[in-house]
Formats: sequence, C-alpha cells, structure tokens
Amino acid sequence: MQPILCIDFGSTFTKVTAIDIDVPRIIGRTQSFTTIHDDINIGLQKALDQLEELTGISDWPVRLACSSAAGGLKMIAIGLVPQLTMEAAKRAALSAGAKLLKTYSFELNDREIREIETLKPDILLLTGGIDGGNQKVIFHNAHKLCELNMRCPIIYAGNKTIANDIETILKKNHWDATIADNVMPTLNQLNIDSARACIRKVFLDHIVVAKGLTQVQRCIDNILMPTPSAVLLAAELLSKGYLSEPGVGELIIVDVGGATTDVHSVADGAPRQSNVVMRGLQEPFVKRTVEGDLGARYSLQALVDGVGIDVVASVINTSQEVVMQMLKDLVAHPESFMEEPGLLKTLDDVAAEIAVRESVTRHAGYLEVHYTPFGTIYQQTGKDLSYVSHVIGTGGPLIHHSNIRSALKASQADPKNPLSLKPNHARFYLDHQYILAAMGLLSLKYPSAALKLMKETIIEV
Amino acid sequence: MSSHTIVLGVIGADVHAVGNKILHYAYSQAGFNVVNLGVMVSQEEFIQAAIEADAKTMIVSSLYGHGELDCRGLRDKCIEAGLEKIKLYVGGNLVVGKTPFEEVQKKFLEMGFDRVYPPGSDPALSILDLEKDLGN
Ligand code: B12
Repeated sequence: MQPILCIDFGSTFTKVTAIDIDVPRIIGRTQSFTTIHDDINIGLQKALDQLEELTGISDWPVRLACSSAAGGLKMIAIGLVPQLTMEAAKRAALSAGAKLLKTYSFELNDREIREIETLKPDILLLTGGIDGGNQKVIFHNAHKLCELNMRCPIIYAGNKTIANDIETILKKNHWDATIADNVMPTLNQLNIDSARACIRKVFLDHIVVAKGLTQVQRCIDNILMPTPSAVLLAAELLSKGYLSEPGVGELIIVDVGGATTDVHSVADGAPRQSNVVMRGLQEPFVKRTVEGDLGARYSLQALVDGVGIDVVASVINTSQEVVMQMLKDLVAHPESFMEEPGLLKTLDDVAAEIAVRESVTRHAGYLEVHYTPFGTIYQQTGKDLSYVSHVIGTGGPLIHHSNIRSALKASQADPKNPLSLKPNHARFYLDHQYILAAMGLLSLKYPSAALKLMKETIIEV
Repeated sequence: MSSHTIVLGVIGADVHAVGNKILHYAYSQAGFNVVNLGVMVSQEEFIQAAIEADAKTMIVSSLYGHGELDCRGLRDKCIEAGLEKIKLYVGGNLVVGKTPFEEVQKKFLEMGFDRVYPPGSDPALSILDLEKDLGN
C-alpha cells in the first residue's frame, strides 16, 4: 500500500481524500469545517482524525493540497475593449482558477480606483492593445493604478511594444510587477498560457503566505493551486486520457456551489456546419466560466430573482411568502443540505436545477441567423457544445439532489431555443464522492491513477 | 515605409472572400500592418478592432449589393467610440444594379466615408491615396 493524501481547503469545508496509489483505490474521504480564522490546521486535523478511524492510517508521507479558503484567489482583470482584451484577460484569470471580483475596460477613472481599493484583490491583471496596437489607454491605466492606496502583485499581459515601459512605471511606483505575453497578440487570437503561468507562480510565491495559510506549509508539501484549477486539470485529463488509457471525450462539468456555479468545458467548440461562420474572440479548448448570481445558498436570492419568485413558488407549489421565508432560512444556514423531503428540500433542488440550466446556457455559444438571397447564413459566438457526450455534475447541491438526472438534464439543448448550442445527446454523470479536485491534484504526479479512479468513481445517472 | 495599421474586412452578411484576400496581400506588400477581419464583419467589430489595434484607417468592402444599408451609421459610431480621426475607405459592388458611380460616391461621402471606389478598383489606387491621407 502506498497512501497519498489530497486536501482541499474549501471556503466552508476542509475535505481530505485518501488514495492507495498501488491499486489504485480511494480508501477514505472525510471533511471538517475550515478554520481559517484561528489556525487552519485545527480543521485539517479533525478531518485527519476521522480519516484515521476510517483507514487506520495516521502518517501520510505524500500530502497534496489546493485551496479556495479565505475567499479564493481574488483577481481584478483590466482590458481595453470589453469584447476583446477585457474578455481575454477575464478568461486568463478564470482559467488560472481565480475568483474574478470585477473587470474593467477603457480608461480607468477615479471612482473605479476607489472601487478597486475596497475590493482588495490579491492579484491585478493589466492588459490592453494587440501587439503594436493601442498604447495611450494602457499607459493611462498603468499610471492610474499607481494612484491606488494599496499594492499587490500585478501582472502585465498587454501590448508587447510597451511592456518594458509599463514595467518601469509600475516598479518605480513600488508595484511587484511581472510581465507576461499579451493575452491577445493579434485580433481575436487568445493567448492565455503565459498569463496563466504567471498567476500560478504568484499564487505559489505570495498568496499562500498572504492568506495565512503558511502554518500548513510545515505539514503538507505545498498548497499547489487554487481549487478550481485542480478541477480544470481533472476535467482535461478525464476528457483527453493519458497514454494508453483513453479519455471519455468532450465533456462539461457543472459545479454548483453555495455562492457560485462553475462550468468547465473541455471541447473544441468550433462550428460543425459549413454555413456557420465563427465570430469574435477565439475560444479556449479548456474553458471555465463562473456565475456569481447562481449559487444555491449565498446567492440564492439573486438566483430566485432571476427566474422570478412567482415562478419558483408555482414550481414548488406554495405561496410567494413561504418562498421568501425559506430563502431567509437557507441563507442563514449555508452549510446544511436538506436530506429530509419537504418544501425546503424541493426549493433546494429547484435552485440547483435552475443553476445548471442558466450556467450552461451562458457558458455555451449561440447562433445568429442572417437571411441572404443566397440562403441562410449563421454566425456563431462562443463554443458549440451540441456534440458534447458527457455532462458531469459536482458540488453539494447536485450531490444531494433528489432527482439528479432531471437536474443535469437542464443542461441539454432546449427545442424552444434552437440557436443556443447546448448538448443535444449527452449522457449524465455524477461526481457523487466529490473527488474531482483531489484527482486534479493527484494527476500532477499520478495521472494514470487519477484517470482510472475518475472513470470508476464518477457514475452515470 | 509606413507601419500604419489598417483594419480590413467585408461588412455585413457578405461572404465574398476572394477580393478580401487580394486586398490583404496588396496592403501588406505595400508595408501596412493589416488587421484582417475577413468576411461577415459587423460595424461594431470594425470599431473594436480599430481601438485595440490603434488603426488609422478602416478599409470596408461590400460586394453583395447591400453596402448602403450595412455602412450607414459607421462614421457616427466611430465618433462615439473616440475614433473621430480615423479614415474610412469603402469599395466593391456597393449597390445593386447600375446606379451611376457618381451618385453612389456622393451618397457614401455624405455618410462620412473619406474615399469611395467603383467596382473592380485596383487596390494600388487606394494605396496611393492612403499614403497621401496618412501623410507619408
Ligand atoms: C464567387 C461569387 C460568389 C460566391 C462567393 C464565394 C466566396 N466565399 O468568396 C458565392 C456563390 C457564395 C456568392 C454568393 C452571392 N453572390 Co456573388 N459573386 C461571385 C462572383 C462570381 C465573383 C466574386 C469574386 O470573387 N471576384 C473576384 C475578386 C478578386 O473581386 P472582388 O470581390 O470584386 O474584389 C476586388 C475589387 O472589388 C476591389 N475591392 C473590393 N473591396 C474594395 C474596397 C476598397 C476600398 C478598394 C479600393 C477596392 C475594393 O478589390 C478586390 C480585389 O481586387 C461575383 C461576380 C464577379 N465576377 O465579380 C458575384 C457577385 C459579387 N455576387 C453577387 C450576388 C448578388 C450574390 C448573392 C447575393 C446572390 C447570388 N447571386 O448568388 C450571394 C450573396 C451571398 C452573401 N451573403 O454574401 C453579385 C453582386 C451584385 C451587386 N452587388 O450588384 C455579383 C457581382 C454577381 C452579379 N453580377 O450579379 N457569390
């Protein structure tokens, strides 16, 4: 037996997963409340004590960890045109597993500077201009950022022509600045690998320290990445496979949480028909989007407001007043997932289903129709996910859902909205043991074991 | 010579791609930095590209006869977007049928285009104009 421990310091729970890499096999999984305010080790130790009861193992020679505790990796992304460099910067931040607090475009003004000060990001990402393109706005924004009354690591990933000048300005003004490749070097070309690598490095070098997570460093090898980043790694591995072990092909992972819903797609997404022309910024093969108004707890109010409280009331067959009271109760107890059947449980289930439907609709691309004398021509914006074969659900509200298949089916294409490019004939799966983040961590050293375990553990529903 | 950046594209729902490739080649050969948006380009996409690329000129083609509809309002949007100084050139088969070119030209000049070219114009003509307009 060769035991390995994977730790996920979440905002609410610290989850530990034990794997015997020799078989490979998951030998245990426990969790305890995250104790970020005192010593994060207290919560970890509690989870480990439970794990010892389960497995009889107390000594874990290899410990891998990811974290979204203390608000996750909080970033602000700045670009020039909203649909172009700002969108590219946003994708770079999300693909690095960040929690995007806010994005800005064009010239920053005083109000926005004050707003950034109150948002207190961990990292700033400054972009704008294709290579050889706009300089004026980027210089303005670099100077403007120097007026902030705070400093944090800043990454510049804009027009390369002025990269040196921007670096000089920032460093002179006491910024800890890193220069990365332009996120959009030529028009509509997405180039986020370098920026993502820089974000990752800054996370390792600074953020773990800044978040008071250093105490854990003595007992684990390192906090290797933000949790969403681990899920992305797992998604990519499960889709593509490793060496002779094939992957499952194109997939979508929907992670419904208390505050947000994350959607990860691993899919080409290019147009499938000859009369469809792609428009806009290039789409990444591995894409992550986050919906801040679609959580099943902290953002439940926004979610219900989005579809209308009357609609929710009629779906669960009660009055609007009752729904409002239930919203209050649920928001007050974010950590409890309803197991008992009843109205609260129904509301919980409905919320999760709405989160799946809305988040996948926003993540997927869409078509616009142009009628010409020569026939119908379509323009596609975003990824075509109609051919995706696997939709995988994860996160508490889905894992505890009373009708998971129907919840995940909400990700399917809707005949009433044929221009939305959601999956047409996918099969549905559930990460019922909550292992995706752990498998992402494991895949750093043991990709084939992680792949096998995912294929075994994630069940069709 | 100049390293001016130009944004090039075929506007509207127009898919005629061949002329666009020739223009791209011609302007690149003449030393311009060409950001080619290809076919089926909206006014918004022209403008967004010009901002990011800091372009001095937009070269708009329309081959399928709906040029007037597709081009209307482009100048106003440019002004709104802070591109009041950008040069707007347009060419191709701008209208359906055999309207005298002088009429077509007048219409497009009134719409705020700086230069308007008749069907089948040689790109070389416009390159000379570019050099004049951009002061090289
Ligand atoms: C091939 C072709 C098609 C192909 C296009 C394939 C493709 N993806 O490229 C297909 C079959 C798809 C097609 C469809 C249509 N076409 Co068609 N097509 C042609 C054809 C035969 C050749 C076009 C071409 O490639 N020419 C060669 C290139 C090099 O020339 P060019 O495009 O004119 O570009 C040059 C100049 O115009 C100039 N130029 C262009 N823009 C600019 C801008 C500036 C600033 C400057 C200086 C110069 C400049 O420089 C370019 C390079 O030298 C022409 C007829 C013809 N012989 O021109 C009709 C033609 C353009 N089509 C026409 C029409 C009506 C259509 C359709 C609407 C319906 C139809 N009849 O099929 C659809 C529209 C589809 C759509 N939504 O766009 C008409 C347009 C009529 C008008 N405007 O008055 C034409 C003129 C045929 C005709 N006489 O009726 N077409």
